[in-house]
Amino acid sequence: MTKQEWKFTTKDIAEKPDLFLSGHRACAGCAPTTVLRLIMKATRGPTIVTQATGCMEVISSIYPYTSWAMPWLHTAFETAAANASGIEAALKALKRKGQLKHEHVDVIAIAGDGGTYDIGLQALSGAVERGHDFLFVLYDNEAYMNTGIQRSGGTPLGAATTTSPAGTVVPGKLEHKKPIAEIMVAHEMPYVATASPYYWRDLIAKARKGLEVEGPAFLHVFAPCPRGWRTEPAKTIEYSRLAVETCVFPLWEAVDGKYSLSIPSMVFARAPEKKKPVTEYLKGQGRFRHLFMPQNKALLETIQRLTDEKWLKLLKKCGEATVSEPASSSS
Amino acid sequence: MGSVVKQVRMALSGDEAVAYAVKQSDVDVVAAYPITPQTIIVERFSEYVANGEVPTEFVCTESEHSALTACLAASVTGARAFTATASAGLALMHEMLFVTSGCRAPVVMAIANRALSAPLNIHGDHSDSMAQRDSGWIQLYAENAQEVYDSIIQAFRIAEDTNVLLPVMVGLDGFTLSHTLENVDTLPDDVVKQFIGSRKIPKVLTHEGKMAPFKLDPDNPMTMGPIALPNYYFEFKRQQEEAMKNALSVIKKVNNEYAKISGRSYGNGLIEQYCLEDAEVAAVCLGSTAGTMKTIVDELRAEGVKAGLLRLRTFRPLPVEDLRSALCNVKAVAVMDKCMSFGGNGGPVFHEIRHVLYDADVQPYVVNYIYGLGGRDTSPRELRSIYSDLQRIVAKKRVETPIQYLGLRE
Repeated sequence: MTKQEWKFTTKDIAEKPDLFLSGHRACAGCAPTTVLRLIMKATRGPTIVTQATGCMEVISSIYPYTSWAMPWLHTAFETAAANASGIEAALKALKRKGQLKHEHVDVIAIAGDGGTYDIGLQALSGAVERGHDFLFVLYDNEAYMNTGIQRSGGTPLGAATTTSPAGTVVPGKLEHKKPIAEIMVAHEMPYVATASPYYWRDLIAKARKGLEVEGPAFLHVFAPCPRGWRTEPAKTIEYSRLAVETCVFPLWEAVDGKYSLSIPSMVFARAPEKKKPVTEYLKGQGRFRHLFMPQNKALLETIQRLTDEKWLKLLKKCGEATVSEPASSSS
Repeated sequence: MGSVVKQVRMALSGDEAVAYAVKQSDVDVVAAYPITPQTIIVERFSEYVANGEVPTEFVCTESEHSALTACLAASVTGARAFTATASAGLALMHEMLFVTSGCRAPVVMAIANRALSAPLNIHGDHSDSMAQRDSGWIQLYAENAQEVYDSIIQAFRIAEDTNVLLPVMVGLDGFTLSHTLENVDTLPDDVVKQFIGSRKIPKVLTHEGKMAPFKLDPDNPMTMGPIALPNYYFEFKRQQEEAMKNALSVIKKVNNEYAKISGRSYGNGLIEQYCLEDAEVAAVCLGSTAGTMKTIVDELRAEGVKAGLLRLRTFRPLPVEDLRSALCNVKAVAVMDKCMSFGGNGGPVFHEIRHVLYDADVQPYVVNYIYGLGGRDTSPRELRSIYSDLQRIVAKKRVETPIQYLGLRE
């Protein structure tokens, strides 16, 4: 079901020239820039990229400089998917008239969590419903980082942001993270997957699959932000790994609506004792610091319980429901 | 194509005239969302697509915001793009109007002019497009369905002229034009296609230091719609103003060239003067009102009144010189606004006409009539009263009420 048609070696990836170039103005330890670089390693030919307003747009396109060695368009915050619709429609029309030089041009739309979960959701839903052939990449750093760390629909329960601060009464964000990838699967689209930059081969393979599939594809990439998460820049990739090892951000894909666990997460389905408690992931992140205070013990337990419940639900969807209760409940 | 070609007379509403003109204009992408009174445009065009009469890619978006965005993206990919909307739809597009003009995407859009909420009202006035007057779009307002048809065809030529490269909106009065059947003389398909030509894309200097077509092209990677900080943003905006200035002569040229093949012209393309040369009292209006006003001018002329009319066809760019020379010898001018600028001391057209006349050697009296909001019918008798008011002003050498509401229940 998830057969991989495109085989690549580390050497292939290393030798492929970068299309997202260095010299941009991202912060130290920025995961989204790593994600973009990896995604661009998955391109298979002529490609047009379009981006929503956000960190990755402003750090890569400051006039008269650019980090994009490919045709690239930005129009507004909520418009990544609408841009892709227009580009794809234009390519189709120009091809029909014999005015397109290339046999095929791939279209990649990129947006952060704000441009996907929130302000860009309508355009994304519309574009997917219309069936445009494009890959939508969500780099999820779990808040509006470009404007200074405000909560989004992708901010997890308990996280402190500048609009959901941890105060004396309210312990950070009270609402849970919207299940955006499942919402996209519910659109009955051909391909949806989650990925994390620690598992870079999995990420590149999924991006490629998203490009190869006919019709819309959605790739939800976990992307830590040291500034917003109050984490050490050197630990970005470590958190990208811990999120998967704690099943906070499991890796899976849904091809034509059929869910399957990806190998990095399969480990924890087959050997639940290897699954780490969420505290392993939460500790050391400044945005969750308050959760470790005595008065927030219950919230911490709730986060573990909800993580476990969501993981079990996912296992059922992936046909891995025989797996027993995870080893770590509350710590 | 030096002489007027044989044409086919069709019975079309204003909306249908738009759809038919778009059908003939070799448009690559139409992205749109339905809204009264624009809907017929989208419906007719969908039929052309469904029946295989056009090769156009039709994108039925989930909102006007995405409709314009898709057109903008298609346009910068090198396609010819068209959309249509009205009222709330245009208001929803507001953000993207600026992005479209800022990206220099020559999108063409028909506006079936309609009132803005609240209260909800589906009928005609100019509140929607007047609210977008500073969005960097060229604005043309048509008098009848024939002009709607002709203006849509001309709009592609104007927008895509490489000295302009700006989006164009063509306004047609909601219901009065959009839904009223008229005789429209239509050009043969090949003549329209030849008149507009294929889309010309200028070459620009890329970041790689080479000249490449100004579009998204995998062979010549270009970063479009970047972020520009205070050190460059200002220059981008200044260039848009230059393009607007260039549009004045391009609109005139296109009007002239179109006249040669169709036998129809609309003044000089910017303004249309009716009995204005020796007029002592004159009105300035936009759109379909001009039809009734011309009849009234005829009646007044027959009675010996030196009445005239100026129809402002091109509101953006504002044809300052043309307006000034056309109006500077008139003694009293009534400016008609189908729109309000709340707290702004009169309507938007009034502001601009007064601004134009400030630099005239002798300033005429200039008064404002706000009328027809939310589709309120304005009778010939009411319109006629404007001229008698002007005559009174000239006789008394004094303006008593500079801003008046015509046909309002007070």
